[in-house]
Amino acid sequence: MSEAQKPAVRELPYVMAINEGIREVLREQEDAFIAGEDVAIAGSVYGYCAGLLDEFGEDRVVDTPISEKGIMGLGVGASATGCRPIIDLMFMDFIGECMDEIANQMAKMRFMFGGKATLPVTVLTMGGAGGSLAAQHSQSLEAWLAHLPGMKVCMPSDAYDAKGMIISACRDDNPVFVVLNKASLAMTMEVPEGPYEVPLGEACVRRQGSNLTIVAFGRMVHEAMAAADQLKDLGIDAEVIDARSVQPFDTETVVKSIKKTHRALVIHEAVKFGGIGGEITAQIQEEAFDYLDAPVMRVAAPFSPVPFSPALEQVYIPNADSIIAKVKETLEL
Amino acid sequence: MLAAKKKPAAKKTPAKKKAAPKAKKAAAKAKKAPAKKAPARKAKGPSEKTLKELHLKMVRIRRFEESAGKMMEDGKIPGALHLYVGQEAVAAGVMQHLSNQDWITSTHRGHGHLVAKGGEFKPMFAELFGRATGYCKGKGGSMHISSMDLGMLGANGIVGGGPPIAMGAAFSNKFRRNKNVAVAFFGDGASNEGSVHEAANMAALYKLPCIFVCENNGYGEYTAQSRHQAIVDVADRAAGYGMPGVICDGMDVMAVYEAAGEAIERARKGGGPTLLECKTYRYYDHVGVRGMGLNYRTDEEIEAWKKKDAIEGFEKRLKQLGVMTEKQIKTVHAAVEKDVDEAIEFANESPYPEADTLLDNVYNEKGA
Ligand SMILES: Cc1ncc(C[n+]2csc(CCOP(=O)(O)OP(=O)(O)O)c2C)c(N)n1
Ligand SMILES: [Mg+2]
Repeated sequence: MSEAQKPAVRELPYVMAINEGIREVLREQEDAFIAGEDVAIAGSVYGYCAGLLDEFGEDRVVDTPISEKGIMGLGVGASATGCRPIIDLMFMDFIGECMDEIANQMAKMRFMFGGKATLPVTVLTMGGAGGSLAAQHSQSLEAWLAHLPGMKVCMPSDAYDAKGMIISACRDDNPVFVVLNKASLAMTMEVPEGPYEVPLGEACVRRQGSNLTIVAFGRMVHEAMAAADQLKDLGIDAEVIDARSVQPFDTETVVKSIKKTHRALVIHEAVKFGGIGGEITAQIQEEAFDYLDAPVMRVAAPFSPVPFSPALEQVYIPNADSIIAKVKETLEL
Repeated sequence: MLAAKKKPAAKKTPAKKKAAPKAKKAAAKAKKAPAKKAPARKAKGPSEKTLKELHLKMVRIRRFEESAGKMMEDGKIPGALHLYVGQEAVAAGVMQHLSNQDWITSTHRGHGHLVAKGGEFKPMFAELFGRATGYCKGKGGSMHISSMDLGMLGANGIVGGGPPIAMGAAFSNKFRRNKNVAVAFFGDGASNEGSVHEAANMAALYKLPCIFVCENNGYGEYTAQSRHQAIVDVADRAAGYGMPGVICDGMDVMAVYEAAGEAIERARKGGGPTLLECKTYRYYDHVGVRGMGLNYRTDEEIEAWKKKDAIEGFEKRLKQLGVMTEKQIKTVHAAVEKDVDEAIEFANESPYPEADTLLDNVYNEKGA
């Protein structure tokens, strides 16, 4: 591609990258629409649907009642019958309201029908803690979703990936959850104009290193990068992998890295017990046991609901400091 | 309602009553189904003591919420704060009939319910400030504020989260053969959650002492009621559940007091649940005071509702009835303000929870 043909690149916050991702999809796919609580007139409570109603009209940007089971069912029924719905679920915590539609209908219908049904539905939802939104508005429940055969789950950590993964998800002919992060909404970076894909199921090496592999999910990628910077001063050269997708998970990229570093640390914001880190750790020891010089370690939230008080929430969420402490333990420093 | 008439169940389902008929629509409806005026429960109206308590409850809620809004804007309160200003008459009118042994479930907009249930300002502000001295030791915050001692089963971050819990509490009351009731507060927006329908159906089926109080303030977040449901009166749904549906003016504390009184008395006597819809309005934005600055309702609409302000209207009435003088009213406000100031000072000086309390109360270690 010549310089002149390259799409323009500008600084864009995560929230606007989401907006552009949805916009590109609605432009290219006639059968696509977005439905959710306060997406149309209000432009979503996060602002990422701003301007969509004006551009695409009420038929394609649909305000719904507060009826999550209904909204998710809308996504199942409409996608199975010819539409390409984008369903907006304001907070990830609300999957509890509509888990049957997700787990028993959306994820399984194709399989149960012997491959005769196709469900090209994308669900956008917002996870993560950090704003004192307490126990029912701060959770990271990606492991619940990744446990469902038939469901794809991705967690874009930055603006570029948010836009590209929304586009990939909507072009995919499977149900895909795009788990966004509310604490990342204002983070800016260079994002190209126009449509592009960030492939689902492919991890990305964010930083090369030789002493240790850190695998991080969602916003934790930034904490891992900050930790890696500080670790460098201690003479530790960490490789940081942004998992990007939870289901399918890119084991290959992780294993390749571990063959080089011989140590691994997995980081996520969800609670440690039953978190996706346990699965990744198991896969690493299945595929790369002979290359490991130390047990695979994890940094994750303690086993409690997310607390309200900032004093407790700060302690609760994994950060660069807790990552560094764990790295020192892994390397027996 | 019309459909219900055709069904045999209609016999068991008392017609929707208008406790306080509202303008045009009410009149039009009245022709279809003559509105039964709620019969006065007692020959004489409520006692002076009751009137004064209703007033105090409303003033306490208003002052608490106004100050909480300021504290949030000053950065003292983290997270999301949904304020109750404008809707005071509902919480006050209902709670006047309840004791600490009666349960309520609340919503994300829950401070007013707790204040009316007897909540103290100090642990309330401390909770909103995220301090260890709060009602929930700083773990719940505004959206989960609660007091089991006062019979308050929590604000709720999940819209429609309360009604099934209230139904369960009412089941418990019936099971344990006491005369206590459970009241579920929920919004017009919440009335579209499946959980509300399931709870209402079960409450009617089991004839539980449960009162479903829908605070219809015309909006679910930024979506007007006409854009989230095809009905005007949520109370219409009562017929479908098999319970009486009552509409009352939620800006008139006496109307709420009377309608709620009747429903609660019936429930205590084993008469089963009621759906009580209170038409009301929130003055502030959905979250915080000014919110996101979206233009989803007009200034004229807000001003028109403020003209019906529950507290101002009731104070006029109290003076007319000779129950309170202007001076006495001012004294009440001043005393409540003092309470607020002291509570804020208390909250400010309270410690944050210690990090090592994080894992406390995930399980009941004593019961294990
Ligand atoms: C299950 C669920 N869905 C959505 C939300 C987000 N939300 C919080 S408050 C609210 C509006 C509720 O409207 P209504 O029930 O009328 O109560 P009001 O805010 O008017 O008091 C919404 C959509 C939520 N907290 N929980
Ligand atoms: Mg409402």
